[in-house]
Amino acid sequence: MPVESLFSRLEPLLPLVSKPIQYVGGELNSVSKDWDSADVRWCLMYPDAYEVGLPNQGVQILYEILNERPGVLAERTYAVWPDLERLLREHRIPQFTVDSHRPVGAFDLLGVSFATELGYTNMLTALDLAGIPLAAADRTDDHPIVIAGGHAAFNPEPIAAFVDAAVLGDGEQVVLAITEVVREWKAEGRPDGRDEVLRRLAASGGVYVPRFYDVDYLPDGRIKRVVPNRVGVPWRVSKHTVMDLDRWPYPGKALGPLAETVHERFSVEIFRGCTRGCRFCQAGMITRPVRERSVSTIGEMVQRGIADTGFEEVGLLSLSSADHSEIGEITKGLADRYEGTNTSLSLPSTRVDAFNIDLANELTRNGRRSGLTFAPEGGSERLRKVINKMVSEDDLIRTVTAAYSQGWRQVKLYFMCGLPTETDEDVLAIADLARRVIQTGRMVTGQRDIRCTVSIGGFVPKPHTPFQWAAQLDHVTTDARLAKLRDAIRSDRAYGKAIGIRYHDGKPGIIEGLLSRGDRRVGAVIEQVWRDGGRFDGWSEHFSYDRWLAAAERALAGTPVDVDWYTIRQREYAEVLPWDHLDAGLDRDWLWEDWRDALSEVEVDDCRWTPCFDCGVCPQLGTEIQVGPTGRKLLPLTPVGAGGAGAH
Amino acid sequence: MARQPTGPPPAPAVQRLRIKYAKRGRLRFTSHRDFQRAFERALRRAQVPMAYSAGFSPHPKISYAGAAPTGAASEAEYLEIAVTSRCDPATLARALDSALPVGLDVLEVVEAATPDLAGRLQASVWEIRLPDVSDQAITAAVIAFLAAESVEVERLTKHGMRVFDARGAVLALSVTPAPEQAAEPDSSAACAILHVVVRHTTPAVRPDDVLAGLRRVADLAPPTPALVVRLAQGPLDVQGGAVTDPLTPDRDAAATAGAAEPTRAGSAAT
Repeated sequence: MPVESLFSRLEPLLPLVSKPIQYVGGELNSVSKDWDSADVRWCLMYPDAYEVGLPNQGVQILYEILNERPGVLAERTYAVWPDLERLLREHRIPQFTVDSHRPVGAFDLLGVSFATELGYTNMLTALDLAGIPLAAADRTDDHPIVIAGGHAAFNPEPIAAFVDAAVLGDGEQVVLAITEVVREWKAEGRPDGRDEVLRRLAASGGVYVPRFYDVDYLPDGRIKRVVPNRVGVPWRVSKHTVMDLDRWPYPGKALGPLAETVHERFSVEIFRGCTRGCRFCQAGMITRPVRERSVSTIGEMVQRGIADTGFEEVGLLSLSSADHSEIGEITKGLADRYEGTNTSLSLPSTRVDAFNIDLANELTRNGRRSGLTFAPEGGSERLRKVINKMVSEDDLIRTVTAAYSQGWRQVKLYFMCGLPTETDEDVLAIADLARRVIQTGRMVTGQRDIRCTVSIGGFVPKPHTPFQWAAQLDHVTTDARLAKLRDAIRSDRAYGKAIGIRYHDGKPGIIEGLLSRGDRRVGAVIEQVWRDGGRFDGWSEHFSYDRWLAAAERALAGTPVDVDWYTIRQREYAEVLPWDHLDAGLDRDWLWEDWRDALSEVEVDDCRWTPCFDCGVCPQLGTEIQVGPTGRKLLPLTPVGAGGAGAH
Repeated sequence: MARQPTGPPPAPAVQRLRIKYAKRGRLRFTSHRDFQRAFERALRRAQVPMAYSAGFSPHPKISYAGAAPTGAASEAEYLEIAVTSRCDPATLARALDSALPVGLDVLEVVEAATPDLAGRLQASVWEIRLPDVSDQAITAAVIAFLAAESVEVERLTKHGMRVFDARGAVLALSVTPAPEQAAEPDSSAACAILHVVVRHTTPAVRPDDVLAGLRRVADLAPPTPALVVRLAQGPLDVQGGAVTDPLTPDRDAAATAGAAEPTRAGSAAT
């Protein structure tokens, strides 16, 4: 059955919308495979605007891995902005892929990658535009199987009604396993339809199919139990962990978009996982253990990526990039290699205590010197013990002293507000810290043009972390605390003008909290808010707190629960959490102990350089820490600036 | 005193090259900023020895001239680059074209031998296709437009809403019979084709403005957005009203230099 491109119908609408280039595809290294010769067809969605979704590493990795396989086809789709959504509805054009502009509803599978819960409403828009029923239960054999992945999928319960399945953890291998199950089932003539292919996926143990689990509630609203309702379906579903990243050097062919995106660089993941043990950090908890990519593989990926895409910045990604056991060799080797080519390196996440100035100098040797960014997260030493961010004020001052003396003039500091046990004093300590940073900078440089920008995000407790039991701070208190901090900084005559402060109000965090720790009952809220016009909830100009509250009031009417119950309520040990049947490898008792330790301000070290703390991940999942040093070196290449096609 | 970056100054430019390129098909939706990014990346992929500006944020030396608006296709866009070692124009054209996505196509590269390319881009020839507009309607609108002394239109610019005359800059405006219509039995597929020659003025009169003018004088409201292609831009031949090739002086100079220095032609192949 041929599937026609929708482009000729879409094209006349494009002059009428903003930034039409985001809908036309044609990116460097994008792929358009023949529809009819593929047995299994995936549509991959990042449920946000193209400019945010295109650089997403997860989607690019799966796109490439799938398209490399014979008989498998993968295309991409992103959330369309409301201007195009309106026109698509008016002209009855369905949600389309940007690669070949095929209708999303024609694919076998729709994989949606959720980096954040705020993309849920955008998934509903895409499903609706695609002609796919919102409720998974209403879909027929003709509709794609909708699978959620990404970090938010570690608690897919709020979207359980809308997805057919969810996958936890690294996607590289499981996406191929799912492909095989679907391929076989199709080859057999789709026996017993949709139900059977979902049963097979669930029985494999690596795919969570919400419909095969029943959730019972207690009269007070807490969950009584979650039980499989099918024979052969596992009680718990585990996350996937790719071991040996050198065997999975993706993305090898990074996409080069025409449209401007949020990350204009070629990115390489230098390791996956983090065991620093910051208690607020869901990413660090659910991606354990640490698995490093070797210096040589990183070097090869960068070389190919830069040659392929022409980007002038290389991002060395991970959760804490300066922690790579051979980060010095990587940065020096790459800076040597790209000497004189205006190619800069960036480490998006660097810890104060792992950072040094040699590293910083290598990063800016061939490119632009922007500001330095660090994340102490907590303003006071006490609070940093609670969250286990073991960075001392002296570490920070030592680092900024070195930075200022080496010519940097601008330091950015990230903090959180609303952390467990936090008081006004903890947040006001942020002002003291910023003041000391400016004072140090002026002293070291003898100049006054020293800047420090303080960015503060609201803390949202996340599943599978020690803070999963914590009460979220209500938005009124959050706002009041931030206002006090702002006033403290502004009223400081000596330093106030040198300190910038950036923060958002506490309301969006409450909705993120509702979605993060919600259960299946929250699904009705999501659908209601979407019906009321909710779109692009990650964008402050589209987000409406009032719309969410009104939707929650309607959708949760008649239940014993409400938004406060999901957010600002502390949980106890015995409470069944909505995600307890989903296994990130972390031992629940270890998490609970870590939560108690947090309250007693007891820190825990990193298992990379101390003995195991029994978080449970490695024995539970059969994984292990993979770190260097390998002792390998980056080989010098022909300097990129010389020779080449254009040279004479 | 302003701080200066440490290290040696950037290598000097030794040659300037002028590039004619096209923006086609779905890539006509690339904005000028999008094109700039794609082009700078293509320069890097093709390993062109670009000259860079000095300073803390070095930028490749590229001069863009008169870019077509987003959504308009073009067969005649121009820019100029400066390089730090000499490049053979034909080799460069091939390398750059293969480094750019299909739809952003390099048509020609010549060595700059004369000043002021931008000044030579005095006028443009546009083709405007108007689907679902009948020949009678368009002809009437064109006659009314040409008969008018001036036709005021408004457009949102970065300085706010501006009102200006769209008539004065239009040197020629004609309806071209669509050849495929005769062969096409489906008469509902009417498509009016306009050819318009516009002198470059400030503010620039764009095809959109001409269409706004047609709407103003004759209430012509095409049901479907127009398909616009710039066919040419260059010096205006004042007598004939034709738009000529802006790279001719450079090509002529190269030919003269080539005749004077026969060895140059041989080295061009390397």
